[in-house]
Amino acid sequence: MLSGFFLTVRRHGVKVSITEYLDLLRALQQQLVFADLEQFYQLARLCWVKNETDYDKFDRACGEYFDGVEQLDLLSAIPDDWLTPGFIRQLSDEDKAALQSLGGLDALLKAFRERLEEQQGRHAGGNKWIGTGGSSPFGAYGFHPEGMRIGQQGSGARRAVKVWDKRQFQSLSSDEVLNNRSLQLALRQLRRFARSGAQSELDLNDTISATSKQGGLLDLRYQRERHNAVKLLLLFDIGGSMDDYIHECRQLFSAVRAEFKHLEFFYFHNCVYETLWRDEKRRPQDAVATTQLLHTYGHDYKLIFVGDATMGPYEISYPGGSVEHYNSEAGEVWLQRLLAQFPQTVWLNPQPESWWAHYASIAQINKLCHGRMFGLTLDGLASAINQLKHKN
Amino acid sequence: MRFDSNAQYIVTAELALAVNAAVTLQKPLLIKGEPGTGKTELAKALAAALDTDLLQWHIKSTTKAQQGLYEYDAVSRLRDSQLGDARVHDIANYIKPGKLWQAFTAVKRPVLLIDEIDKADIEFPNDLLHELDQMAFDVYETGETVRAVQRPVVIITSNNEKELPDAFLRRCFFHYICFPDAEALERIVDVHLPGLSKILLTEALQSFFGLRELPALKKKPSTSELIDWLRLLLAEQVTPEQLKQSRETGGLMPLFGALLKNEQDVALVEKLLFMAKRAR
Repeated sequence: MLSGFFLTVRRHGVKVSITEYLDLLRALQQQLVFADLEQFYQLARLCWVKNETDYDKFDRACGEYFDGVEQLDLLSAIPDDWLTPGFIRQLSDEDKAALQSLGGLDALLKAFRERLEEQQGRHAGGNKWIGTGGSSPFGAYGFHPEGMRIGQQGSGARRAVKVWDKRQFQSLSSDEVLNNRSLQLALRQLRRFARSGAQSELDLNDTISATSKQGGLLDLRYQRERHNAVKLLLLFDIGGSMDDYIHECRQLFSAVRAEFKHLEFFYFHNCVYETLWRDEKRRPQDAVATTQLLHTYGHDYKLIFVGDATMGPYEISYPGGSVEHYNSEAGEVWLQRLLAQFPQTVWLNPQPESWWAHYASIAQINKLCHGRMFGLTLDGLASAINQLKHKN
Repeated sequence: MRFDSNAQYIVTAELALAVNAAVTLQKPLLIKGEPGTGKTELAKALAAALDTDLLQWHIKSTTKAQQGLYEYDAVSRLRDSQLGDARVHDIANYIKPGKLWQAFTAVKRPVLLIDEIDKADIEFPNDLLHELDQMAFDVYETGETVRAVQRPVVIITSNNEKELPDAFLRRCFFHYICFPDAEALERIVDVHLPGLSKILLTEALQSFFGLRELPALKKKPSTSELIDWLRLLLAEQVTPEQLKQSRETGGLMPLFGALLKNEQDVALVEKLLFMAKRAR
């Protein structure tokens, strides 16, 4: 009976399953909420949305499902007598005086009508259109001091509609937290275990041999626990043409972050030169000299470049070729230095592999990296990890 | 029983609904939210409200799902066999029930808190799927099946350090605790520090929200930090006037160490306050 709502929510990208649909029906059957749209909204969200990043999608789905009728209503004009009485009632004497100074109620209503005709659809936020949450003089829940309020004093159901209209979870709906499980599992291949820390694990083999040496008297032997000892250095290309691949990069980044303890990451633009940055905003105070990188991290670090390697060939091969500053040494010199310090290096390229042939710079970088450029896909990542696992 | 705000813990209507739904439908409730918004406290308050036991299972990076069920202490059995102890013949003597087992067999329906599930290995939630769904598991050593007498109320908290698998999420209800607004915060403070002067609280909250609005703070101060800070303010007998003065002259608030836990944040706030003062 709620299948229409269910499908709307699914269409908005919230992955709800039949199990959860049945959960909601069961909750309704138990009469946890009764005849209250706002509570229903909260209950449905509780049962169906499993991540705060999806709250906003759910809010939009509710907006569409419950407000569909209103969207149509807006296109037809609202009659005077419907608006005016409610509107007047909300005004204090001072308001009315202020209103007169603005040209009176008639002028305001006239402007409202004109704007209504201009407007093509429903609107929330902003400062001109008739809608909700903005600072336009027309609409509900706005901040305009002389504003016209529409629908704010409505019934309980009406108020409930506004709960999702607030869309307070919009800021959480970024792509930073992504479902990166498959990436994470792929990265697991890279783990190298080493024993370190306190001796807390029973060493069975050693215990058996020690016990038999004692003539059967138990002699327990312990060993240190295994920890992932892989060290990773990540260099991200940021800005410019990489903006198209932010989604993929963030996915990789959050997967790597969760999986590795010894992880250092830096940012560069297009090609590596004498400076790298600790922060993606690349502010001067976050700058780190590339030489410092070479001196700080040992050969045992594995280096992963993430970049589209799409640039002018001179940005790689000529001094002064950088698009941002004057570089006294060519990008390839720095690249070679890094490769010499970190023999286990791969380059992950988010560009589709079929495009690689069209860019001279990709071939150049690939050659510099001894052909160790891989696509930023699951397959590419698997091959890259294979490459990193084999010592050359 | 309907869970609601009480003398010790303030809940929003949404959270109360979430808890009541989880209790009624006997499903685990997954709680997320900024650190310090009372996720762990919720389980304690709920146990108190239901007048039942709270079983806390704190998850660490080394915690295995099996530890929540039971542990077979093979080493002490081996040792006992060396010493000729009679107990050695019954393997059940060496099975130690974990938190889930305790929760399943409790006489009164308990509250089980699985705290900070995101700290564990990414396979951890998957290993608990069946146990949380069916509320039963097998003990392989003795061949017995432990089945829940009554399904415990399970509260799971997460700080979002790791993504939880979909299959696990499907079996839970989910609620995200939003940071309380000024009004709710006043109620919360009132519960923790009754009799705090209204003027001091207003001044303190103004400084507090001002601090939270600053962009780029590494760790935003949350409810628990606010309460610690207010306690300190009381102990040091800081007056509302002093608070107001420090805000107006552009200095750090007194006893800022309780709110800012990071030296970069302190430096940042100092710089911003200084710039704001210069701009005036």
